[in-house]
Amino acid sequence: MNNIKSIFKKELHSFFTSPMAYIFLVVFALINGYFFNIQFFLINESDLRVLFGIVPLVYLFFIPAISMGLISREKSLGTIEIISTMPILERDIVIGKYLAGFVLILLGLCSTLIHYLTLCYVGTSIDHGAVFTGYIGLALLGGVYTAVSLFASSLTDNQVIAFIIGIAIVLMFFMMDKLLFFMPSSMSGIVQFLSTDFHLSNMSRGVLDTRNLIYFGSVIGFFLSITTRILESRKWS
Amino acid sequence: MIQIENLSKNYGDVQAVDSISFSLNESEIVGFLGANGAGKSTTLKMITGYLSPSNGNVHVGDKNIIDNCIDIQKMIGYLPELNPLYAEMKVHEYLKFHASIREITGNKFNEALKRVVKECSLQGVVHRTIGNCSKGYKQRIGLAAAMIHDPKILILDEPVTGLDPNQIVEIRSLIKKLGREKLVLMSSHILQEIQATVDRIIIIDKGKIVADGTSEELISSAQGVKQLHLEIKNAEEGSIQDMKATIPQVNIKSIKKDENRFNIDLEYKSGTDPREDIFKHAVSQSWVITEMRVSEKNLEDIFRNLTNTSDEGAPNE
Repeated sequence: MNNIKSIFKKELHSFFTSPMAYIFLVVFALINGYFFNIQFFLINESDLRVLFGIVPLVYLFFIPAISMGLISREKSLGTIEIISTMPILERDIVIGKYLAGFVLILLGLCSTLIHYLTLCYVGTSIDHGAVFTGYIGLALLGGVYTAVSLFASSLTDNQVIAFIIGIAIVLMFFMMDKLLFFMPSSMSGIVQFLSTDFHLSNMSRGVLDTRNLIYFGSVIGFFLSITTRILESRKWS
Repeated sequence: MIQIENLSKNYGDVQAVDSISFSLNESEIVGFLGANGAGKSTTLKMITGYLSPSNGNVHVGDKNIIDNCIDIQKMIGYLPELNPLYAEMKVHEYLKFHASIREITGNKFNEALKRVVKECSLQGVVHRTIGNCSKGYKQRIGLAAAMIHDPKILILDEPVTGLDPNQIVEIRSLIKKLGREKLVLMSSHILQEIQATVDRIIIIDKGKIVADGTSEELISSAQGVKQLHLEIKNAEEGSIQDMKATIPQVNIKSIKKDENRFNIDLEYKSGTDPREDIFKHAVSQSWVITEMRVSEKNLEDIFRNLTNTSDEGAPNE
């Protein structure tokens, strides 16, 4: 636990000592704000569904971008040799790095709360529960994308390659249920269940189903555990 | 303190380390010497748990690296080759990060920080960003990070590479000081470096240990042999090779032609003196001897012999 905290603090510190975190937070807030506001007042409905549609799209590019260096940079600098020879389990390294990336995403997500304030100010008969579950969904989606991007980062010592692999996998999860049309009907059920959007849409409607939570939890767990295996595999290179 | 038994490492088909065994005792400075690619770094990486051995094991006390990797890593301070650092961190932040993983916090950290800052002379740079420090400082920062938990064992992979002569002297005296109470295992491909710093030398070549002992021991083991340098004129290469038949106790190591002169390096067992025979042979062949010089073998010759570097000094069969 202590080791996870040390790695977490180090990563968060390195996000905030470089311009990376600030650029991410500002641009993330601006893009979400722009696309939310141009639609919100047109649609004239008292909910945040517009926002819940935009954030996953913005995530697609931003999360692989902020997570791409988490492991690949250590590999290219050679500092992976320093943290790997410290008395610390690979699992703790992965969890610490993951949490740092995830917390940065959550901070970005918090910046969108201002739109909730707008909604409270101008809206009528607001479904606060749906907003709450929608936000939980967005947080979990951010968690999945961070886990995927961390996995991509562990595959290579090149940050650009990590970014591209990250986007490719994240996009796959995102697109799955939009391509159901092309799938044989026997598979469509499985593919739909694997897609992130299917689970997210439940939550942004205000439904908090344990199946959705288990789905997000297990995808995150899966990617973190294979990332751990990949870090361990250097021993047998 | 460290026992290494039959340690091997294969990278695919390449055998980087081939079944080496040795043991290291407390408070000695051991130099791990070998040409580039001889298997030094791979061995050190296996001792520190960065790589798993393909075969064999490393024992530290009653622990071994396969089953108790974390326990061993707690006892070791390691400075990897090329000394990678987080350039964006400040020096004290970097040391704090190392300390926190080693569970040194609060007052204990302040004491440890004071100790390593003093030992590694980092006084001027503690609050500086690592990326802005000079190479000499960076090397000492890496060393300070390896020593923050006051480990019993220090493993330094090429600790002086890329430093200027003054910095080399500083690091060297620091390592010597540390060796009084710790086991220091350092690798280098620079013989002078090892010779000046360590108590014991282990020479590794092509993944195998070819020599192990103090520098005096290594020299005296080779002392049975003397070297003789000969420069002659009016000779032919074929007739020089024939000299072996007339004077069997000499061993021709190399022949170099320089215009009409030949530079010949010979070896012979001490106790015999072939110089008179060589002179007589030269007269019979009507060679003109312009130089004849006897020298003792030094450590560098031994190193070159053992690691068989294929340059002009190599044996000429």
